[in-house]
Amino acid sequence: MSNIVRPAVRQVLRTCSRPSAASKLSRATCAIQSRHVSQTKPANATINVDSVIKAGQKDFVKRTGTKLEDMSLPGSGISADAAMSPSAAILGEASIMDEGKRPIYLDMQATTPVDPRVLDAMLPFMTGSYGNPHSKTHAYGWETEKAVEEAREHIARLIGADAKDIIFTSGATESNNMSVKGVARFFGRGGKKNHIITCQTEHKCVLDSARHLQDEGFEVTFLPVQTNGLVDMQELEKAIRPTTCLVSIMTVNNEIGVVQPVNEIGKLCRSKKVFFHTDAAQAVGKIPIDVNEMTVDLMSISGHKIYGPKGIGACYVRRRPRVRLDPIITGGGQERGLRSGTLPANLAIGMGKAAQICLEEMEYDSKRIAYLSTKLSEGLLSMEHTHLNGDPTRHYPGCVNISFAYVEGESLLMALKDIALSSGSACTSASLEPSYVLRALGNSDEDAHSSIRFGIGRFTTEEEIDYVLKAVSERVNFLRELSPLWELVQEGVDLNTIEWSQH
Amino acid sequence: MATIQRSVSPQEVLSLYRQLLRTSGQFAAYNFREYFRRRTRDAFREHRTDTDAEAINGLVGKARKELQVLKRQSVISQFYQMDRLVVEGGKSGKQKGGRGDIVRESETGWN
Repeated sequence: MSNIVRPAVRQVLRTCSRPSAASKLSRATCAIQSRHVSQTKPANATINVDSVIKAGQKDFVKRTGTKLEDMSLPGSGISADAAMSPSAAILGEASIMDEGKRPIYLDMQATTPVDPRVLDAMLPFMTGSYGNPHSKTHAYGWETEKAVEEAREHIARLIGADAKDIIFTSGATESNNMSVKGVARFFGRGGKKNHIITCQTEHKCVLDSARHLQDEGFEVTFLPVQTNGLVDMQELEKAIRPTTCLVSIMTVNNEIGVVQPVNEIGKLCRSKKVFFHTDAAQAVGKIPIDVNEMTVDLMSISGHKIYGPKGIGACYVRRRPRVRLDPIITGGGQERGLRSGTLPANLAIGMGKAAQICLEEMEYDSKRIAYLSTKLSEGLLSMEHTHLNGDPTRHYPGCVNISFAYVEGESLLMALKDIALSSGSACTSASLEPSYVLRALGNSDEDAHSSIRFGIGRFTTEEEIDYVLKAVSERVNFLRELSPLWELVQEGVDLNTIEWSQH
Repeated sequence: MATIQRSVSPQEVLSLYRQLLRTSGQFAAYNFREYFRRRTRDAFREHRTDTDAEAINGLVGKARKELQVLKRQSVISQFYQMDRLVVEGGKSGKQKGGRGDIVRESETGWN
């Protein structure tokens, strides 16, 4: 039955889309051109590929939002909805549910909403108490300083550190830059310690800092990862040289959510007398973290990943044993001289409040997120030809990265316009390049292309998960129905054995 | 048993619970509304069987502070409303742009 219906649906869709605006436009321009005699240039006869692609894309983007009820059958004036199913169209006219249009937010790895309690803590410092926390001579400065120090205390408590170890920065990117470049430059001065180790699945800002150091003459090892996304401890041990000054490995990966064995890495680095930096932007406030247990020397924390404001982050810099860095931003000597510049007091206070809430609510939130995550991943993996990326056990449940084979990831994202999702990190979502993290795991380009990351957070509701499960399974099936490859797969043909005709 | 502090009566706790739920329901943002309702309910259920007067006093004090925060923040949430989410079920009826229809206001704030 469905086999008969499918071509019919395609036929209707094709006829509906045929008289597009673009073809009308080209006809109109032809008519204008025929009235004038213009000079013939070779450029007129050639096609500019770029502009054609752009025009096609615009037309496509315009059409993706159109629903059947907004279209009409060409020449007849009957709405396409009514033509497809008259009874449904009538019902649709009778009662339109006034539902919202705003997509569900399921991209918690990119950023999280500001908790209202955080905003409440920030507001006094955005309105009345506007003192500079570094002003020591008047009450405006004192009250702000007191609040900032409390915030520092809260952040320190969240990671089991001392308040004096916390340096406020503008975000995890700055913390990463500060740590990687700072340590390397400080210890590279003597010329003896000129090697750093990082990992292929790190965040772009660590990789890019390392690349900059390479230009400055440092040697950098980019460690490969295993197929489950974890670093191989033996590989790491082999990579450490006498000249190594820093190892930088992230705690929780932002794209696949695997939790690296940071405790072991920390112990290894301590025994080899190498500094260990970890980018814990995705881990702090979500999984229990203790800097002493992890024996980590430097740690990057982000404010807006823990339901705090954007534009603030922190860097943990150990004092015993002392970690010395070359500061990137110099000036007034604030923050132990490691990061000069007036503190954004309201943001720092917001981040402190966010850290406090995270610590108090961690048990409740993680239980909840684990429940929703199991529900989501089980539902999605029950569809055929899907698989979870990254290690299933050493995994932060709030980040579910799933590959849907035989579906193009970006077209699935287009089809899921009512859900805010991403196929990888926000930094790389502008390019169509497949994710380098998934390729580092050994996934093929097609696999990496068809992956989608679902981020679950404190404010995600069960209703939203149900909606997402339904929407994703429906639309993945729809897109697969359109794909000729899927038909071959259904017939049991192994795609690798096909010899595509060559030209 | 003589306690130095006046213990909180069950009626007071119940009233606080109701107020928290009502205020949480006033958030315009769907996710915050649902979260604070759920959090309030779970927190009160978790401590349902608590008998230690001092602990109860502490919790009630915390809840009062939370209530103040929620009262302020729910008002702010109402000032900066966004369009509703796709999961939020809404009013149903004809919406053809004629008179007496359900009218959806355009969202305020950043567009």
